[in-house]
Amino acid sequence: MTDDRKDAAALAAGIETVPELLAHALRIEEDAEERYLALADQMETHHNAAIARLFRWFAGHEAEHAREIRERMAGMALPEIKPWDFHWGDAESPESVDFTAVRYTMDTRAALGLALEAEARALAFFQRIVEVARDPEMRRWAEEFAAEEAEHVRLVRAEIAKLPPDDGQAVERAEDPDPPNEPL
Amino acid sequence: MNEHPAPKRKASDYKSEVKPVWCPGCGDYHVLLSLTRMLAASGTPPEQVAVISGIGCSSRIPAYTNCYGFHGVHGRSLALAAGLKVARPDLTVLVMSGDGDGFSIGGNHFLHACRRNIDITYVVMDNQVYGMTKGQPSPTTDPEWDSALAPGGTGIRPFQPLVIALASGANFVARAFSGQPNETARIIHEAVMHPGFSFVQVMSPCVTFRPEQAAWKDAVHPAPVEATDDPARAARRIMTDDGFNIGVLYRGDRPVFDPHSGAEPVPLSALERSFAL
Amino acid sequence: MGRHEEKASFDAAGAAAVGERPRDSVCIAILGSGGAGALTTGGLLLEAAARRGLYGMMTRSVGPQIRGGEAAAFVRLATRPVACMADRFDAVIAIDWRRADRFADELALDAESLLIGDPGKPGDAAAAPVPESLARSGARVVDIAFADLAAAVPGGRENMVALGLAAGLVGIAAEELDGLIAKRLGAKGTAAVEASRAGCAQGLAAAAVLPVRFPLPRPEAEPGPRWRITGNQAAGLGAVQGGVRFAAAYPITPATEVLEWLAPALRRLGGTLVQAEDELASINMIIGASFGGVPALTATSGPGLALMVESLGLAVASEVPIVVVDVMRGGPSTGIPTKSEQSDLNIAVMGCHGDAPHVVVAPLSVGDCRLTTQWAVHLAETLQTVAVVLSDQFLGQSQAVIAPPEPEDFGTRRKVLPRTVEGYRRYELVGDSISPMALPGITGGQYTADGLTHGENALPSSRASDHRAQLDKRAAKLVQADYGAHWAEIEGEGDIAILCWGSLAGAAREAAERLAEAGAPVRLVALRLLAPLRTEALVEALGHRRVLVVEQSHSGQFLNYLRGSGALTGETRSLRRPGPLPIRPGEIAAAVQEWRRS
Repeated sequence: MTDDRKDAAALAAGIETVPELLAHALRIEEDAEERYLALADQMETHHNAAIARLFRWFAGHEAEHAREIRERMAGMALPEIKPWDFHWGDAESPESVDFTAVRYTMDTRAALGLALEAEARALAFFQRIVEVARDPEMRRWAEEFAAEEAEHVRLVRAEIAKLPPDDGQAVERAEDPDPPNEPL
Repeated sequence: MNEHPAPKRKASDYKSEVKPVWCPGCGDYHVLLSLTRMLAASGTPPEQVAVISGIGCSSRIPAYTNCYGFHGVHGRSLALAAGLKVARPDLTVLVMSGDGDGFSIGGNHFLHACRRNIDITYVVMDNQVYGMTKGQPSPTTDPEWDSALAPGGTGIRPFQPLVIALASGANFVARAFSGQPNETARIIHEAVMHPGFSFVQVMSPCVTFRPEQAAWKDAVHPAPVEATDDPARAARRIMTDDGFNIGVLYRGDRPVFDPHSGAEPVPLSALERSFAL
Repeated sequence: MGRHEEKASFDAAGAAAVGERPRDSVCIAILGSGGAGALTTGGLLLEAAARRGLYGMMTRSVGPQIRGGEAAAFVRLATRPVACMADRFDAVIAIDWRRADRFADELALDAESLLIGDPGKPGDAAAAPVPESLARSGARVVDIAFADLAAAVPGGRENMVALGLAAGLVGIAAEELDGLIAKRLGAKGTAAVEASRAGCAQGLAAAAVLPVRFPLPRPEAEPGPRWRITGNQAAGLGAVQGGVRFAAAYPITPATEVLEWLAPALRRLGGTLVQAEDELASINMIIGASFGGVPALTATSGPGLALMVESLGLAVASEVPIVVVDVMRGGPSTGIPTKSEQSDLNIAVMGCHGDAPHVVVAPLSVGDCRLTTQWAVHLAETLQTVAVVLSDQFLGQSQAVIAPPEPEDFGTRRKVLPRTVEGYRRYELVGDSISPMALPGITGGQYTADGLTHGENALPSSRASDHRAQLDKRAAKLVQADYGAHWAEIEGEGDIAILCWGSLAGAAREAAERLAEAGAPVRLVALRLLAPLRTEALVEALGHRRVLVVEQSHSGQFLNYLRGSGALTGETRSLRRPGPLPIRPGEIAAAVQEWRRS
């Protein structure tokens, strides 16, 4: 990771209550779903149907996670937090794929690679809270979320393992046969 | 802009069904996200917001929102927005532009919008290139940048929008980076809430024509000092910084332009009397 | 098909042959070099005549200097309303003759005219004889020592002596001037009033010994209420009457007075005016205000209109109502900013790129600037389009004494979306092609107005079917509109029709009246609506007559426009001339008669 989300886990230490943690966990999943949907739209607009399907599949998963969190916290009042007051610093919530990391020519390996990075960031985020949480209930929640994210990381890795071996030609395949300024 | 307490709105309530035509990887997706998050946080109903733009990649943004929008001609968005805001002071008016639209063809309007200090917010998504016309140098492009239109570079000095804004009288000046959408949302929110003309330069990388701008996300850093209310100090800081200081750089308190008399309107016959012999 | 070329000098004999009526109308030019006060004098003369119950108008011609340049006030006084200058001047009153030759082209004189002026004393810096360019007309020269007459009075000014002389020339009495002076100069104190009265008395006494005078009788009936107003003021009044409550302004001669009248007027009416940084801004400001639901207008002249044209197309495409008043001046380029020409017809009607149908109207007199501008607002608002008002420097900057021009109750109302809707489509193809417009604030009405070709849902589209459908829609709404009787003024019967537009209606109507009195009547058709052209109605109005097309343009823009439209089906002649020289009624009448003889 090269963006400043490397500081996100450290910032997670600013979360002090269970409702705050749940608000963050829910926002992580909602943001991730929204981002995957947006990326799927981008890929559809740019006629990369395979990756659009993949992103949409991930969006469905994130939606499911968000639904589960909402169910489990039924009745609990969450704090209203402005987008810029979440404890992941200046960048984004950890599980959102960076908009600027995608390309319309990207292949499955590249897309899964981005998903893996996103899941790993979410895992690191919750692991850090497990480390620093003083409230045992908050630690228990964070452990649960971390375990889920670890499972996601494992699943994505498994998907990557199913791909044909990397032939090293991805960059060449990503070359744009319809460049924007075709020289005459 | 007034803070609207209820009902609660989500960022997605401010997005339209229209799918952006921007390239995957474009920084402008982040700016759209910042805009919708900012509006959701403010609670302003979408129908009370007008998003005004000109021409270029960035200027496609109004139709991607669920607000009222105007996608006008190249370079004239600030003028159109000025007329709208003066006629309809109840609206929250945002102008979304790019470096070509805002600083080149629209440069004169930029100066006078700063001077006039109408209560609008001007967000320029600066990628230092004309993207829609496929990669020509813009006013903020480095002089050495090689392109078909300017082989070997333009050789001319880049425009300094933040300093120009300060010199021209903008009441709020900030720099943001699209890759930090929450911070950008915060800055735009503050810009909207600040009275008068607020200018936010959002560095927004062009994945297609300026792929080297991917390095911006490692170069940006929070401005090391608090915003000042002294334009000269702010200008000096901006002129001597590395170009990657992010944050609010200047907050002023100039009076906001308001041409309304506030008096009870007279009937037309009162005007006719001056012609009678 | 023949063409009347511009005449180098006016054919007074030709005009006289068709019934010039000098004694119900007197035309006087008052000249002076820097600071002589010619324009003030002309204005006071016009007002004095108005107080007597007379009508009249005053145009002006000035040098390029901001202050102190040579200036001429051309004043026509009459016992009935007039809408143009006369064929010739009865008198030129020169406070001094120093730069009078620069007005020679504009001063149609003959042997019956008087050249009254102060030649000064030999060796005097101000001394100058009557210039040869004026003297060769054969007009009678009368030396009046304005300087000496003024000097004989404590605080006396030459222009007050000239005012007295002009008043005496047309039969205005001392007591009538006294009242005016008290009203206009009272604020300057008793001494100033007395000095002015005494100066006028000197001039009146001098007039008594002139070889000839042109006294105008008082009207037999007591005239009703009258206004003194310029076309630019009247256009401003029509704008606010139509509902305009926002204006954007960039100064340009000769349109600035529209904006300067609107600035305080809009404030008093609860509206606003913003001075823009340029015309590119002013046109877009009014588009923004109107998008917000406030009827909006700007005023400009040719160079400004040229800058606005791109955004006229934006307003057409996005169907945002706006009104642009173009007070035409000599062109192209900077041209003659202070003088009139009808040469923006092409750009106003056809200037936009793409197919961009919109409304172009032209006021037919100074007072008609009110109705026509109000009508333009009405058409723009109800048709959700651009309306250009083609006024000109002659109308805009002339002061006229007229019966108060009546507004009309058009019931102007923009078709606006009612509150709260679902499934709104801004550019829906509806029966009258005028889709309801959502205004910001209306829940569910959100849309993005766009200059891009769009579908009914306002979203950008490059599909041929959407492009065609919206082009059809915008054309159809202008075609189906009811323009009522205002599209043209049609008067009289005769074998020849005089066809003109805009400010030339005044001269054409006077020509038609003279021809009718001479037993050689014509039909007059003066177009107020230039676009969309009512071709069928125009063909019907012209009937099978021969048509004399009259316009103040070098290339015949109006003629070519009419030809292209198919409105001219029979024999046609063109009487045209570029600005700044006006086409006078006698020339039009002479052209008709010459065609009949040939």
